[in-house]
Amino acid sequence: MSSVEQALAGPSVSRRLRRAPWHGRLHGSERAWALAFLVPYAAVFLAFVVYPVAYGLWMARDPSLYGELIANPLYARTVVNTALYVGLGVNVMMFLALLLSGFFMRRRWWIKALLPVFILPWALPAIPAFVSFHWMLIGEEGLINSLLALLGVQGPLWFHDRQLAVASNVVAYMWKWMPFWTLTFLAGRTAIPQEIYEAADVDGAGGFRRFADVVLPLLGNLYLVCTLLCTLWTIGDFTTVALVSEGAPAYSSDVLATLGFHYSFEAAQPSLGVAAVLSALPVLIPITILLMRALETREVQL
Amino acid sequence: MSTITAEAGLTVSRAVSRTHRAVRIRRYLETAGTLVLSIVLIVWSILPIYNMVMISLEPEGDVFTDHIFPRVWSIESFWGVLTQGHWYLEHFWHQFANSIYMGAMVTILTLAIGTLTSFSIGRMRIRYGWLVNNAALLTYVIPASFLAIPFYRIMQNYGLANNLWSVIAALVAFATPYAFFVFQEYGRSIPIEVDESARIDGASPMQIYLRIYLPLMAPALVAVGTYAMLLAWNEYLYQFLLLSSKSSMTVPVALAQFLSSDQSPWNFMMATAIIYAAPPVAIYYAFRRRMSAGLTMGGVKG
Repeated sequence: MSSVEQALAGPSVSRRLRRAPWHGRLHGSERAWALAFLVPYAAVFLAFVVYPVAYGLWMARDPSLYGELIANPLYARTVVNTALYVGLGVNVMMFLALLLSGFFMRRRWWIKALLPVFILPWALPAIPAFVSFHWMLIGEEGLINSLLALLGVQGPLWFHDRQLAVASNVVAYMWKWMPFWTLTFLAGRTAIPQEIYEAADVDGAGGFRRFADVVLPLLGNLYLVCTLLCTLWTIGDFTTVALVSEGAPAYSSDVLATLGFHYSFEAAQPSLGVAAVLSALPVLIPITILLMRALETREVQL
Repeated sequence: MSTITAEAGLTVSRAVSRTHRAVRIRRYLETAGTLVLSIVLIVWSILPIYNMVMISLEPEGDVFTDHIFPRVWSIESFWGVLTQGHWYLEHFWHQFANSIYMGAMVTILTLAIGTLTSFSIGRMRIRYGWLVNNAALLTYVIPASFLAIPFYRIMQNYGLANNLWSVIAALVAFATPYAFFVFQEYGRSIPIEVDESARIDGASPMQIYLRIYLPLMAPALVAVGTYAMLLAWNEYLYQFLLLSSKSSMTVPVALAQFLSSDQSPWNFMMATAIIYAAPPVAIYYAFRRRMSAGLTMGGVKG
């Protein structure tokens, strides 16, 4: 650990400087400036974050709404779907992204040429991409089933089966966001000083040992932060499910975000819709607390 | 004696050639493995995009047929979008202009508010600045899609229904916490002495912000700017909910209109989707190098 800290002496220097900012205190007019600079964000935060959150909590304040939710089997199924969607979508994707970032570290020309192609899904706007996924899988004439037919396999009707529909959503989600996390881990790997790899080489560490003893300890916290952040984002993901499976068959592949939408705008029960999505708070709050703590330890680890 | 040495030499050379061969075979397998993985990744990344292009190039009636190449190629659909030649696309250029306006405003406001706040917290070190950072992080506790319903109500109260600014406000509120994070991380690489000396020379905080801070932050500005623009371009739910009038509609809402009917001209929809996808892809690849610098700052330390 000490060699790592030595190699990362830079950040610790800047940390020491942080304690003596502008000679430690701000004078009258400077303090006014500093406060004035915060005003635009404070306004945005109050008007478009605090107020909607408070309004949402107020809309979902009636405890009987939650009884109504639990009594509906649709809600229980949606919770299971959301857990599957987030659990699989986030963890499989993050692990693959971590492995792929190692793959993209290789120095072969075609791997370097491959990276811009691999990033294409991320650069492509979500709506066209998911509309395309929907069309690839719909009916018997979609591209996937046409390809399967070439191999002599009759493809299933993807959106007539709940499990297949949920799986389609997970795959589409991974397709769209894996490049982003791969790039993040790639950036993390390139920031590991070359000397550490060389030291590991001299000590005779092979590929697996290098991964387990060098990469994982150094990227561990980054991996944790990214996974937590991605979990928060995925729990709130609406676009993928709304466009890929559209909740088919009969709302059975819905997640909480789309169920809340259905309740509010199709069943005209906005309070129930808000209650449905806010029922995720007992999961969201601990994740956020973990995330804040992980963000604080970042400088110690890397 | 000599025969023994010769024999020993022979076994040694045999052993050496055996390990050589083993190394060569391993290298060969490794190359084969990376090649296979590369091909899998290309197919994975390209397939949905190929599907979009294929459908857009087909004549209208051909979409629902079982095939993997268009039978007849036609660019009728692209021409139809560009000339607004279908009743679904009567207002395409107006919608496109709305999307661009929205993306530009979200980018500019995120950069302005993000840098002002980060300057106050990270450079001027205003007291309790960390509190602002943590409060901002609370924005991510409840995902944006969960707030859509209260937000919809509030926008009616503010009189911003069917106004592009309602979506701009929501997106700025959700983009700024990430901007703070990247700006403050990146800002740590700029020595605080730069500010100190300008301050001793009598520069006001505003001058330091405009003349010193902003130019030095250029790479982070590019990274966050691209992020904010892509966020606006990827967003679907808020636009779908809040922009339904002819004058305020953006391209994603227009795409959703295609989806609401079973009889839509799908080739026109895919052509619209491809044209909509083109600007962010172009911008992304133009700024790719500079963006990864920002990603490194935000990614590694986070």
